[in-house]
Amino acid sequence: MTTSTIKTDTSMNHSNNSAPNNHLPNNKPTFVQKLSELGSLRVVIGFLLISAFYVTFCNLVFAEGSFFHVSDYTVSLFGKYLCYALLALAVDLVWGYCGILSLGHGAFFALGGYAMGMYLMRQIGDRGVYGNPDLPDFMVFLNWTELPWYWAGSSSVFWMIAMVFIGPGLLAYIFGSLAFRSRVSGVYLSIMTQAVTYALMLAFFRNEMGFGGNNGLTDFKEILGFSLQEPSTKLGLFVATAIALAIGYMVSDFIVKSKMGRVVTAIRDAESRVRFVGFKPEHYKLWIYVVSAMLAGVAGALYVPQVGIINPGEFSPLNSIEMVVWVAIGGRGTLYGALIGAVVVSYAKTRFTAIMPEAWLFALGGLFVLVTLYLPKGIAGLLPNILNKKDSENEASDTDQSKESNNTSIEKSEASS
Amino acid sequence: MLRIFSAFICCLLAWQSIANGDVTLTKTSVSTSVSNDAELATLFKKLPVTKLSKMQLLIEQLSATKTPQVKQAFNYLLNGELYYIKANKQVVHAQINEDKKYALTDVLTNTPLDVVAKSKIRKIKTNNRLRGSLRSLLAQFDLTDPNKEIRIAAVKQLLDKPNQTGIDTITKLVKKEQDTDVRELMQVTLLVEQLLNGEHEEKLAAVKQLKTSLEPSVLNEMTNQLSKIAKSTSSTPLSVEDKALKVALEKAIADIDDRKGIFEFAENLFFGVSLGSVLLLAAIGLAITFGVMGVINMAHGEMMMLGAYTTYVIQQAFPQYIEYSLLMAIPAAFLVSGLVGVGIERGVIRHLKGRPLETLLATFGISLILQQLVRSIFSPLNRQVLTPEWMSGSWQINPIFSLTFNRLYIIIFSLMVFVALLMILKKTSLGLHVRAVSQNRDMARALSIKSDWVDAITFGLGSGIAGIAGVVLSQLTNVGPNLGQAYIIDSFLVVVFGGVGNLWGTLVAAMSLGAFNKFLEPVTGSVLANIIVLVGLVLFIQKKPKGLFPQKGRSAD
Repeated sequence: MTTSTIKTDTSMNHSNNSAPNNHLPNNKPTFVQKLSELGSLRVVIGFLLISAFYVTFCNLVFAEGSFFHVSDYTVSLFGKYLCYALLALAVDLVWGYCGILSLGHGAFFALGGYAMGMYLMRQIGDRGVYGNPDLPDFMVFLNWTELPWYWAGSSSVFWMIAMVFIGPGLLAYIFGSLAFRSRVSGVYLSIMTQAVTYALMLAFFRNEMGFGGNNGLTDFKEILGFSLQEPSTKLGLFVATAIALAIGYMVSDFIVKSKMGRVVTAIRDAESRVRFVGFKPEHYKLWIYVVSAMLAGVAGALYVPQVGIINPGEFSPLNSIEMVVWVAIGGRGTLYGALIGAVVVSYAKTRFTAIMPEAWLFALGGLFVLVTLYLPKGIAGLLPNILNKKDSENEASDTDQSKESNNTSIEKSEASS
Repeated sequence: MLRIFSAFICCLLAWQSIANGDVTLTKTSVSTSVSNDAELATLFKKLPVTKLSKMQLLIEQLSATKTPQVKQAFNYLLNGELYYIKANKQVVHAQINEDKKYALTDVLTNTPLDVVAKSKIRKIKTNNRLRGSLRSLLAQFDLTDPNKEIRIAAVKQLLDKPNQTGIDTITKLVKKEQDTDVRELMQVTLLVEQLLNGEHEEKLAAVKQLKTSLEPSVLNEMTNQLSKIAKSTSSTPLSVEDKALKVALEKAIADIDDRKGIFEFAENLFFGVSLGSVLLLAAIGLAITFGVMGVINMAHGEMMMLGAYTTYVIQQAFPQYIEYSLLMAIPAAFLVSGLVGVGIERGVIRHLKGRPLETLLATFGISLILQQLVRSIFSPLNRQVLTPEWMSGSWQINPIFSLTFNRLYIIIFSLMVFVALLMILKKTSLGLHVRAVSQNRDMARALSIKSDWVDAITFGLGSGIAGIAGVVLSQLTNVGPNLGQAYIIDSFLVVVFGGVGNLWGTLVAAMSLGAFNKFLEPVTGSVLANIIVLVGLVLFIQKKPKGLFPQKGRSAD
């Protein structure tokens, strides 16, 4: 029963991503092709870079109070959203394309964040409360006399960049190679991932771990020599995040369209069949899981300097589930859907929690239920319907009608299964 | 099902009446009768007019009444704070204040009287002999109290801080003591005294007998003695007698440590089983819904929360029946959570059949809504749920090992729920249908079982049991909106560890996880123990993805 629904997903995807291979006989621009343009690499990257440029431009050129002015606060808010978007991309890669519902991606995000946080912590130097040039404040507070071994090298940028990839990647590799080899899948795997992030949260809450315990790492002063309090640094971080997201999107797009990506999608739809054909699904799963973890790590690393703190709360299972919701609402199985979901939901959260904090959880919970019930393909799944209507209004060609009926039949089969 | 439920309640009622009986017994023994009060008043009236030579008789008569007022008055008399008012010969306690005046309190009724000048009152005189007998009478007071608890407390106090009068009193009283517990404790106290101050032979004999005692202060005194001997050897060589004593002491201490080890093990086991039974209650509902429907209900924790809040509401609604509140809460919580569960199944899960991951997300959404609902209605702060008297207290088996009643009841109760559920699944037609659907849904439908109906009932049953678990949790932890979240991951792991769809597996998994956790805790600390258990479980699932007791047969895909 599972496979049947996911299969309908694929057929949608397939048409989304491979418009040139369209089987439809006529060459008129159908909604499918329009959609493929909408979701195409060029359009998404272009839109991303243009909006990033727009924000930068409006922030720098227009004076405060002007209608076009974008405040520094908004800039760092957008920076945060873009981090979330990158994270959603990572979740989409494993869930939307490989069928692994990870409820523990927050762990990779937080590990990336901690790698960055350690570097930023060392950059504080002797400007901390205790003025110790080598030890971060919390270690002095705990009466530690020297850095633990795993902090060695943390003052170097290259170490930090390496750790942002190695930390999450290694965890994903160890967990993934164990789990996929023993063919743990479905809800079991989801619960396992959740248990891992929960265990990590408990571990990082301990002072003895050497990561600042409850309070985490905070009070950062500067990154690469630029003060974190400066608006220009914040803008720079925003631009860096936008670029990282663009690169991440390109990488994901490349992976999804590559031969390996096709195998991964096939595993999602029929793992046993892929195995019988002669592939080793666990290798492909592990590979995409590790890539996804690293993407999440990068998102975490970019997130920390913009919000100025990393603490064990980032590991909490609730966070990980919220990420899944972004993707579910945006539309899994489409890369741009993940971006839309992350930004829309985070924006809604910012607005809701400001206006009426009590309503936010109602709204979020309601979204969960409504989206899973009525919008299995998320917002990205809505777009084709809208375009489709316009199409049929304009042309009312036979192919479109057949496509539409095809579409409704898919939905019917879904409802019945 | 109803029958089993009423059986629960009967059992609980029976417990309660027993526990209540205990309480009332102790209460009546403390209260004083009216005739006693009158007698007391006449005796107090005699105090100012009696000559010193006749005083002895009077205070003995007074102490025979065994009232707290007399005890208090004796203390005042010893401290020279007992006066009488010259005008009406009323016996009072007088306390000097800053203006050199005396604040008076009536000794009999403990009501404060006027503040007067020194000339209005006169001190009740005593002498050394009288003071000595007052002291020993005071010591006897608690030691001869009709309430066993007070006697034990008095002896224990002496054991910790021995004094001569007390020891003498005990020596006199030990033969007359009726209660074995108190007598044993008295003997131990005397033996410790003997060990401290006796001759060499007496000391050896005392050590030999004290070997069997588990009182912490006995071990303390023994180690003190041993270190005293060790200290003296550094200056002078050990005498033969000391050597013998040293050997005896070492052996006794080793013996006590051994027995202590056994009881510590038993205590850990008890805590582990009690944690396990909570896990069992939390996980068992999940085990049925997951086993039958293949559905992960992320709102399961919130069902527990609803059960806990139901307890709270019932206690608020019937403040006069706190003792019975839990008995009322159990069926109420079952109904509330069960109905909400049926609602969720009918409203949401039914439409997501065959899409387990989507179900997981949708139920998670529901859990957020329920949490926020509770937060909006009851405030985000923790609510106070009272513990009925019969649940508090503990069963003291020996000085270092006691079982708290609430944990004991919870263990028994969760096992009863387990057996009841097992019976429902094995003996009723509903259970037959549930098992049929869980093994092969299509075939069950072909045999005219209404699988939709079975799903709804199963989900309701699972949620209802979660509600009952919530009633139990309300006695152990804080009742707040996040109550369920703390247990949800643990209970999932229990289900997965035990093997899905296997109630016995859930029982074994819950108990072993609980025990494992509690045995690790003293070594590693509770947080690390938690982490170790989690990581261990994750690794275990890699080895055996279907849990301890996997389902066999064609249905096990």
